Amino acid sequence: MDVALPTSMKKIVIEPVTRVEGHGKVTILLDEAKQVFQTRLHIVEFRGFERFIQGRPFWEVPVLVQRLCGICPVSHHLAAAKAMDRIVGGEKLTPTAEKIRRLMHYGQMFQSHALHFFHLCSPDLLFGFDADVAIRNVIGIAAKFPDLAVQGVMMRKYGQEIIKATAGKKIHGTGAIPGGVNKNLSIQERDFFLKDLDQMLTWSRGALAIAKDYTVTNLEMLAPFGSFDSSHMSLVRSDGAMDLYDGNLRAIDAEGGKIFDQVDCQDYVRYIAEEVRPWSYMKFPFIKSLGPEHGWYRVGPLARLNTADFIDTPEAEAERRTFMAVTGGKPNNLTMAYHWARLIELLHAIEKIQELLHDPDLQGTDLVVKGERRGEAVGIIEAPRGTLIHHYKVDDQDQVVMANLIVSTTHNNEPMNRAIQKVAKDHLSGVEITEGLLNRVEVAIRAYDPCLSCATHALGQMPLTVELLDHAGQVLDVKST
Amino acid sequence: MSPRRETVLLLGFGNPGRLDDGLGPALAAQVELLGLPGMTVQSDYQLCLEDAEAAARHDVVIFADAATSGVEPFSFRRVVPVASVGFSTHSLQPEQVLGLAHRLFGARTDGYTLGIRGYAFNEYEESLTEQGKANLAAAVAFIREAHEQGSFIELPAMGPASGQATTSVDTVTSRT
Repeated sequence: MDVALPTSMKKIVIEPVTRVEGHGKVTILLDEAKQVFQTRLHIVEFRGFERFIQGRPFWEVPVLVQRLCGICPVSHHLAAAKAMDRIVGGEKLTPTAEKIRRLMHYGQMFQSHALHFFHLCSPDLLFGFDADVAIRNVIGIAAKFPDLAVQGVMMRKYGQEIIKATAGKKIHGTGAIPGGVNKNLSIQERDFFLKDLDQMLTWSRGALAIAKDYTVTNLEMLAPFGSFDSSHMSLVRSDGAMDLYDGNLRAIDAEGGKIFDQVDCQDYVRYIAEEVRPWSYMKFPFIKSLGPEHGWYRVGPLARLNTADFIDTPEAEAERRTFMAVTGGKPNNLTMAYHWARLIELLHAIEKIQELLHDPDLQGTDLVVKGERRGEAVGIIEAPRGTLIHHYKVDDQDQVVMANLIVSTTHNNEPMNRAIQKVAKDHLSGVEITEGLLNRVEVAIRAYDPCLSCATHALGQMPLTVELLDHAGQVLDVKST
Repeated sequence: MSPRRETVLLLGFGNPGRLDDGLGPALAAQVELLGLPGMTVQSDYQLCLEDAEAAARHDVVIFADAATSGVEPFSFRRVVPVASVGFSTHSLQPEQVLGLAHRLFGARTDGYTLGIRGYAFNEYEESLTEQGKANLAAAVAFIREAHEQGSFIELPAMGPASGQATTSVDTVTSRT
């Protein structure tokens, strides 16, 4: 709900937030007593990508939607392909097709999580929120922890090479097609990845240890940091296991009670709605049964750890148990626990890659299936940043006539706004604003690893600005790259 | 024995779905077809961290991108590596990629930007303008001729200083 602003307010705008995807603006409005009155995460640009898709032949869509984002094109590629599987009646993929797609997806998850940790969030963790801005970045990491900086690049490269091998190209691949895939994994390609697998496992364990130790050691400080109780949503497998590629929707409340469970992805519109607010181009999704005020929820690594009953790889499952023990088995609602959760998923992804690389189905030749044609379909996948929904209608001429995309960062719109508000009220009220204090706002946003270019369906790097305005509307401080 | 040929990485980047913003990838595609010895060609949507590792394995890296303004048909300028702070995210600038190649991998790679002048960026469409195509042809010819002459390192700069003519996706985006 919009609140009319008193005229005697001070406003902070943070634009751009460094080391997040996308372009947005954080405004922090202070009153005359320098208390935080209102905070908002604004998305600056909007482009109607869904309209662009309309009129295109459906088989082009899995390739076309990758134009949405240079950061996680594989997630859009696979979500669209899953929808188009149903359009051609080929949703029951062959074992080879499903495993190739899963390998592609775990490669994407691995590179994305590695990059976020080593090069985007680790400066905050390793140097502290108040460290000199000149070192609190990847260059600082390279100077003090050169091995970590190189590990981040090499892990990112490993994941990108998996994407290239399964999708045909590192970016804007064509590997997933309606009803299957257009290539398998050769023995030579498999052996190439097996060669470095142990190293990737070792580095993943090391990165996870850093995130876990940091969180546990600093739990008292982190527990209230941008944190709040919330619902959580993700896909889970039919037996309740974490499944990043496929499954049914589960939503839980802050105490772990199920709001809905095992919801068929095709029925998502019966459970999820989106609210438009006049001050933001990014919509605010909510669970229909709870309404817009109480129905918001979190997605992404933290939500997935909370919703899943277990993880089906041994090392990640052991780590999940440790993670859940911190909150006595109840959902973990600490915003900063996103990092720890993300690194558990990193380990899970490389474990799944290991499992798949030893599966001979990857060299199978039965790649595509088709069945009864449909006119409408939904494809949902767990992208690195959370649940990604693609919904299409296709006419008899095979042209897309409707497209609706709900991307991960959009699901997290309300939680990110709340995290900003919490941090601002806790740290910026009534004090002299410093760079370190403003950085806390960015730290809270970075926990979600948002991709704002996706969320607004715009393209490219779009940074964020934080602006501080006083009660008279005067800009007191602007923080940007 | 002929002297060792310098190894060159040509990185064409941009979004082919945004008209002339696809000039960088289009250049990469055309140069790849030439099969020039010693030249590795890559195409991407934007510059990323792992490009630093790839750049470090070459003597020369050429960052080919669309330019929203500046000289026609293209500019060619040396890139000065920077130890940049505060870059956001997975998308980097050429100076940052080169800086990371030097800092993380101890490379001494020389870097250049090739800014191909484009004219239309603000629509979703996978095509190039006629003027953009002409500039692309000139840029391809430049790469081929420079390669035949044996070195990019000795070439004189063409066009305004690095960073003025070439523009990356984010700059393009900001115009919309």
